[in-house]
Amino acid sequence: MIPEVGHFSLILALGLALCLMLVPAWGAWRRNVGAMALAPGLAIGLMVFVAISFACLAAAFLQDDFSVALVANHSNSLLPSIYKFCAVWGNHEGSLLLWVLILSLWTAAVAVFSSQLPMIVLARVLAVMGAIAVGFLAFSLFTSNPFARLLPGIPADGSDLNPLLQDPGLVIHPPLLYTGYVGFSVAFAFAIAALLGGRLDAAWARWSRPWTNVAWAFLSLGIMLGSWWAYYELGWGGWWFWDPVENASFMPWLAGTALVHSLAATEKRGLFKSWTVLLAIFAFSLSLLGTFMVRSGVLTSVHAFATDPARGMFILAFLALVIGSSLTLYALRAPAVSSRVVFEWVSRESLLLVNNIVFLVATLTVLFGTLFPLIMDALGEGKYSVGPPYFNAVFVPLMALLVPFMGLGPVSRWKRDYLPRWQKELLLPAAVAVGCAVTLPLLGAEFNIWVSLAVLLSAWLFMGLARDLVQRVRQVDRVGRGLRRLAPSYWGMLLAHLGFAASLLGIVVTSQFSIEHDLKMSPGQSETLAGYEFRFVELKDVRGPNYLASEAHFTVTREGRQVADLRPQKRRYLAGGSVMTEAAIDPGLFRDLYVAMGEPVGDSGAWAIRLHYKPMVRWMWLGAILMALGGFTTVADKRYRAQRAARAAVGAKEGVAHAGAA
Amino acid sequence: MHPLRKQRLYLVLFLVLFSSIAIGLVAYALRGNINLFYPPAEVAAGKAPLGQPIRVGGMVVDGSVQRSDDSLEVRFELTDYAATVPVVYTGILPDLFGEGQGAVASGRLRPDGVLEASEVLAKHDEKYMPPEVAEALKRSGAQPPQPEGGAQ
Repeated sequence: MIPEVGHFSLILALGLALCLMLVPAWGAWRRNVGAMALAPGLAIGLMVFVAISFACLAAAFLQDDFSVALVANHSNSLLPSIYKFCAVWGNHEGSLLLWVLILSLWTAAVAVFSSQLPMIVLARVLAVMGAIAVGFLAFSLFTSNPFARLLPGIPADGSDLNPLLQDPGLVIHPPLLYTGYVGFSVAFAFAIAALLGGRLDAAWARWSRPWTNVAWAFLSLGIMLGSWWAYYELGWGGWWFWDPVENASFMPWLAGTALVHSLAATEKRGLFKSWTVLLAIFAFSLSLLGTFMVRSGVLTSVHAFATDPARGMFILAFLALVIGSSLTLYALRAPAVSSRVVFEWVSRESLLLVNNIVFLVATLTVLFGTLFPLIMDALGEGKYSVGPPYFNAVFVPLMALLVPFMGLGPVSRWKRDYLPRWQKELLLPAAVAVGCAVTLPLLGAEFNIWVSLAVLLSAWLFMGLARDLVQRVRQVDRVGRGLRRLAPSYWGMLLAHLGFAASLLGIVVTSQFSIEHDLKMSPGQSETLAGYEFRFVELKDVRGPNYLASEAHFTVTREGRQVADLRPQKRRYLAGGSVMTEAAIDPGLFRDLYVAMGEPVGDSGAWAIRLHYKPMVRWMWLGAILMALGGFTTVADKRYRAQRAARAAVGAKEGVAHAGAA
Repeated sequence: MHPLRKQRLYLVLFLVLFSSIAIGLVAYALRGNINLFYPPAEVAAGKAPLGQPIRVGGMVVDGSVQRSDDSLEVRFELTDYAATVPVVYTGILPDLFGEGQGAVASGRLRPDGVLEASEVLAKHDEKYMPPEVAEALKRSGAQPPQPEGGAQ
């Protein structure tokens, strides 16, 4: 019964999405206030029915309703409840439903929090969101119905969730990632609405900006969690593989980063307008492309759940429709919205332009590397794979090129700045950065040119931010008041840039100084790695709720003092019989110690053991968290709220008359 | 020239310069950093280059996995049921690696016809086979022996 309710409300949601797509858009076209006013209600209705549908599927999983094919294939009665709930999105159909749920949540959020928008703009934005919802609801219902029943012949028990996915990381990684991914649909909808309306001004950028920043922040968190999950769950100790599916989420992030910065120029100076619109289209198209790559099964990956050509074709057609129609609209309307503003070369605008070019080129090179195998395969040229060396060789120099300009950013001024001023402001930061680059790496084991370079760049970023902060606070007599005077958007920038510096340092240090050692070890033996002595104490069998495991016990000592007690496991899951490595990690701000078990070697009780020493690996994730916090902080900025208050004073009907004005 | 036009001109020139650098980087990075997939039949026929990074995928032959007693060296054979390729790998194999299951090994082919693998990937769950392997099996035309056919 419950699955049928879920199925039915999903169909109702499709009906509502169709209304949301058509009615407000018609209203905006004919200037029909009644039709436009329906949009927020329809958006909320859509959200409610998708949520009911999702809740029904979750209920089927939690109650072990194995008559539902999806539950039978991806869950098991032995599974702990929390993983039963996560199993909802640990498969193709369910993760698609999660996609739709998050889309409908964003749509409803736009409907609720955009009371300051002119009605016609809101109607158009929600209509575009509705159109996207129609596409994905139809995809879900027609090609991947999550509520399909297995009747008759209900299995006695399910065939279990892939053990790789039985992990706390799975609880939050996909929802966060999707929230970011799908969030770019809001920026996209605003861009399309602006093109339809033919007006694109500072007010438009001000509406679109908080949504974009929040989506970007969620995406940062999602990617960071994915990387962290791969690090501790896959048992390899790697944190980024340039896997096509990782790239699928990374490309929208790169394009989104460019978008966040070009929106700043559009809002403050009315610059790069049509460019910003194009970036918004681009970012969301990359989100869709990512969905296509992950969901169509064209790729070999952990994330590829199933291969079904019909599904691939559906998303490909949808992708072509969205990109084709939005680019056509862009070609027709962009001349009407382009900007006529001149700026000096020495100015903040130029620096933002550098950011945009670097991130765009980075996106395109990653896109090329990701699609290259698919293109060659489609042309019948053979099955290529493009590995991490390609991505590193292209991506790393691009980012290194970016940072010198990034350090100038906070200090720079809009419109016109002066090189002598930059020189005066940044001489001290530059000197300190060089000093750090020369001295700090000496504290480590050996001098490493790449680490030294990373320290130089990170210190340059840090000192540039510090210099700017000091200047701003100094203008006021008391430090406390000076700090409080700074706007949330400034704090957001500060946090995000600091996060970037931290990530950069963490990535380079851990890449250069990590030590990995695979070896054969028997209980009683020990091995020294980077001054840490790993002692294999004993091996025993343990039993978990739905698995049996061999557990090795390691003690780690350094200079005679015990540092950590590590217990990695090799698990065999009872339901599917699959084997999983559970690494044991001793985390630290400056180093991680990592032990994973391979397989038994010989008959003497020896095992293949993987030992890792990973310095500063956490900095990378902490940096990503800082970036995300920065993105969230900007939303608290007064100017987004002040505008709502101002807007409330003006009648809603006036908003209809002056489309796009605020 | 109008200042706006002039600015646009510089912008375009800058873009052209920058994207040429990027394209150069891409071309440089692609050389030697991509590798091609070969089914075992083509390797056996001598179509795969020696000493260059390639990938070979197929099913791991039953009973072919030999682990060394004193190191982490592992030897096994990959087959597409038309030919087999011996593989040697030193290190820890992925959890899902097993005899009679699909795997992809990437590495360099030695003159003696053994693939020296630097990485071994196994399929991620019971229902999933790497697409290259599935296609190689289909193309070789040979079907895996049926369990009841006495192959055990």
